[in-house]
Amino acid sequence: MTAPPLLEVRNLRVVYPGDDGDFRAVRNVSFSLGRERLGIVGESGSGKSTTGRAIMGLIPRPGRVEADAMRLGDADLTRLNERGFRRLRGKRIAMVMQDPKFSLDPVMTVGKQVAETHRYHFRSSWKAARTAALEMLEAVHIRDPERVYAQYPHQISGGMGQRVMIAMMLIAGPEILIADEPTSALDVSVQQQVLAIMDEMVRSRGMGLILISHNLRLVSSFCDRVLVMYAGQIVESCRANRLHAATHPYTRGLLTALPELGNRRAELPQLRRDPEWLADLPAQVGTAP
Amino acid sequence: MSATNLRIGAPTGWRGWLLDSAPASRNQARLGRWYRAWLGLRRNGLAMTGLVIVLALVFVALFAPLFANHAAAYTQTLTDRLQPMSWAHPFGTDELGRDIYARVVFGSRTTLTIVALVSLIVVPVGLAMGLPAGYFGGWIDAVLMRLTDIFLAFPRLVLALAFAAALGPGIENAVIAISLTAWPPYARLARAETLTWRHAEFIEAAELQGASHLRILFTQIVPLSMPSVIIRLTLDMAGIILTAAGLGFLGLGAQPPSPEWGAMVSSGRQYLLDQWWVATIPGLAIFVVSLGFNLLGDGLRDLSDSRG
Amino acid sequence: MSASGAAARPSPVRRPFPTAAGVASALRRIARLLGSVALTFLGLTLVTFFIGRVIPIDPVLAIVGDKASKATYDKVAEQIGINLPLPVQYWRYLMRVLHGDFGTSIITAHPVLQDMAHVFPATMELAVVALLVGTLLGVPLGVLAATNRGRWPDQAIRFGSLLGYSMPVFWLGLVGLLLFYARLGWVDGPGRIDVSFDDIVTPITGMITIDSLIAGEYDVFWNALGHLILPASILGYLSMAYIARMTRSFMLGQLRQEYVLATRAKGMPPFRVVWVHALGNIWVPLITVIALTFGSLLEGAVLTETVFAWPGLGLYMKNSLFNADLNAVLGGTLVIGVVYIFLNMLSDVIYPLVDPRARERR
Ligand SMILES: Nc1ncnc2c1ncn2[C@@H]1O[C@H](COP(=O)(O)OP(=O)(O)OP(=O)(O)O)[C@@H](O)[C@H]1O
Ligand SMILES: [Mg+2]
Repeated sequence: MTAPPLLEVRNLRVVYPGDDGDFRAVRNVSFSLGRERLGIVGESGSGKSTTGRAIMGLIPRPGRVEADAMRLGDADLTRLNERGFRRLRGKRIAMVMQDPKFSLDPVMTVGKQVAETHRYHFRSSWKAARTAALEMLEAVHIRDPERVYAQYPHQISGGMGQRVMIAMMLIAGPEILIADEPTSALDVSVQQQVLAIMDEMVRSRGMGLILISHNLRLVSSFCDRVLVMYAGQIVESCRANRLHAATHPYTRGLLTALPELGNRRAELPQLRRDPEWLADLPAQVGTAP
Repeated sequence: MSATNLRIGAPTGWRGWLLDSAPASRNQARLGRWYRAWLGLRRNGLAMTGLVIVLALVFVALFAPLFANHAAAYTQTLTDRLQPMSWAHPFGTDELGRDIYARVVFGSRTTLTIVALVSLIVVPVGLAMGLPAGYFGGWIDAVLMRLTDIFLAFPRLVLALAFAAALGPGIENAVIAISLTAWPPYARLARAETLTWRHAEFIEAAELQGASHLRILFTQIVPLSMPSVIIRLTLDMAGIILTAAGLGFLGLGAQPPSPEWGAMVSSGRQYLLDQWWVATIPGLAIFVVSLGFNLLGDGLRDLSDSRG
Repeated sequence: MSASGAAARPSPVRRPFPTAAGVASALRRIARLLGSVALTFLGLTLVTFFIGRVIPIDPVLAIVGDKASKATYDKVAEQIGINLPLPVQYWRYLMRVLHGDFGTSIITAHPVLQDMAHVFPATMELAVVALLVGTLLGVPLGVLAATNRGRWPDQAIRFGSLLGYSMPVFWLGLVGLLLFYARLGWVDGPGRIDVSFDDIVTPITGMITIDSLIAGEYDVFWNALGHLILPASILGYLSMAYIARMTRSFMLGQLRQEYVLATRAKGMPPFRVVWVHALGNIWVPLITVIALTFGSLLEGAVLTETVFAWPGLGLYMKNSLFNADLNAVLGGTLVIGVVYIFLNMLSDVIYPLVDPRARERR
């Protein structure tokens, strides 16, 4: 970790106003990301997706995002408006979402959806974009790119859809990929393939990856580092291979509750929750590097 | 509440109780839902305007004699024909010397009657077709929905016109004609609502406890479907009023001398160029009332959209 | 998909269109469509039969009118078989309708269908122009409102279309005439064309604006346009109100979808996200709405044509109504009903062209 980080987040806060007061979905989240694979785990509603979307400037109104610092290389994300974010999205930071059934436009051929990313970011012609898209589809191990190019999302399987999604998000060569539960909508048989493809792409391009999941086993075996979120805060942060030495009782609870190997459904089991875990943790202090 | 930590500025007292996102009882949840709806509505100025107009219509119709003189609406005073607006006749007089203001006020009764009667026919018929279709499914569903689709594909105004033409003009026949063409959407809606609740746990639990189908339909599913039916009805009201006014304009609604806004526009037509108020004022009344229903319905639907 | 599939093999991809199965499914779809059209048509004729032969106390009298001679009365009585059982009467009625025999009009003494063919183009001319105006303005405004949800453009468009939605068309027509024709003199008055221009062009399509252009009679064209512009604008505004409102609500539904977020996440500009991706997904319901608008323009003709003295189907029906010409009224109802059914069918046929998902549905 000597190289400067790709992404630096300090005390990120996201608030959703509502009738019953302002809901603090993310509270003082701080981390940095290098050319590595960072996992974020936590139960449903703990603020994982909100964190990822806040980094991309995709929090819908009337949600509010604040941070002491949020830096992508030389770009200060706290200062960006929508137009500024748009130049970064796809080009420097991209996102793979959960279910390709819903995250691909149903009425546009998948090839065109990949190509349009290229077209927009490189101002290329449709012809050049098409060639690039076909190459990209091949790079994510799609056998017959020409044929798949002309198909609509409902005509391809979930695993195939997720490869297309990866191709679409990586074609403009971003430095960071946020993968928000990229395999949980897929058949067990293709989950590993999709992860392997993502891993290969991230490694060969020297990217940083944020893998969001509620599957602790998956994250700990796949990632270099793991953040554990609970109720909008990071309660544990450690190297994946040091996870057994975790200190927070929530993480410990998760670890002991991990199902046996070979048990197919690896969902989080019931935990006994301590109201004290909800208390605000101290915010990070210090100046940005 | 353990989650208070995550929310700042949460309301307390009875508002807090109503708005609690983790209500402790079913009644609290229900009241909370209504209160939230009210809050949402109150924030929407247009919808509130609509509500005021609708309430005003109901009030004026119920207490018409307080607002205008009954005799002025009916008595023909040929010496006072086609008078322009004045203190004595705020909207002028019509071709038979009757006070247009008074006729508009008493005309609200006709409008409200039609609207109320149509609702009373359309909602039960729609429920009667839609509930069994959604609840029992199978061939019952197929037959009922086929029938609904057939009626849905009919031209509404023209059919109402043909009915009114065959039955003879009159307010009752106008109501029947409108109702006959207005029920299918309610059947569709009731069916869709029933389908969403059909396999809910509490319904199946009630079934296991041996509650009869009829009982489940009436005590569980009907109340659950009511909010969307009411929204739909509010949105439809304007259409019903406009259709009724159209029939009246064509001479197929309420018959003279009883005041009906559409018919008033029609009889004022021939004086349009010189005595514009005779035709335009009653039309304005139709417009304002149907706008009121539309504003209200639109606000309600927006509310249910954003909550759904 | 089986869980034991070999590791690296791409998942099976469905064969592209058209295959034997695809053709078969298309045929099935068409068959089902025709079945539902036939059923709806039966329902429609049942209703008109019911209105014409069952409700009136003396259906013969209802058809011929009370001024008819004894001979006419007997002829019609024999024709509809007044003493036969109802199902037989219905069967005869249905057969006659299928052969295009809607009876004879009392006022014009022509066969009803012939009358309708004569007046229908006038109605079409008005409805088509209004629909064009309504669609070309309504769709963009609806999109604009949805993308600005809650802000002033949304409020303005919503309010503007609610206004249109709430106006009685006959009243708006009268106010329009009063203002733009009588007071300001910007447009020509009621009717389709000035009397002095009558019968100059021979009808080809029956729509005067088109026929006059074909014939090169530009004076006639401008005169017809002057008459057309007010009713067309008013109906166009009302159509726009409905189309904009529905477009807005469809768009709001799409803008919530995941793919919109994904499209933004890859950096697409708002224009493309909204007008290509989201709008591309609402054509199916939108076409239904446009078809419905067209239908309501046709049936609304009864009111508009009365106000504008526009010699189309609506005015014809209204005049028949006042002369107790039941054959003509029911004939008009049937014609508009059939157009309705046809519109429904048409939108079913168009769906697969605009939505790839609809191409393969069972
Ligand atoms: N647009 C929004 N408006 C209001 N509240 C929101 C919004 N989006 C998310 N939230 C709330 O913020 C909290 C965090 O949501 P988030 O989607 O980040 O959770 P998550 O960790 O990704 O959960 P999951 O595993 O279910 O995806 C949740 O309680 C959610 O209800
Ligand atoms: Mg999530």
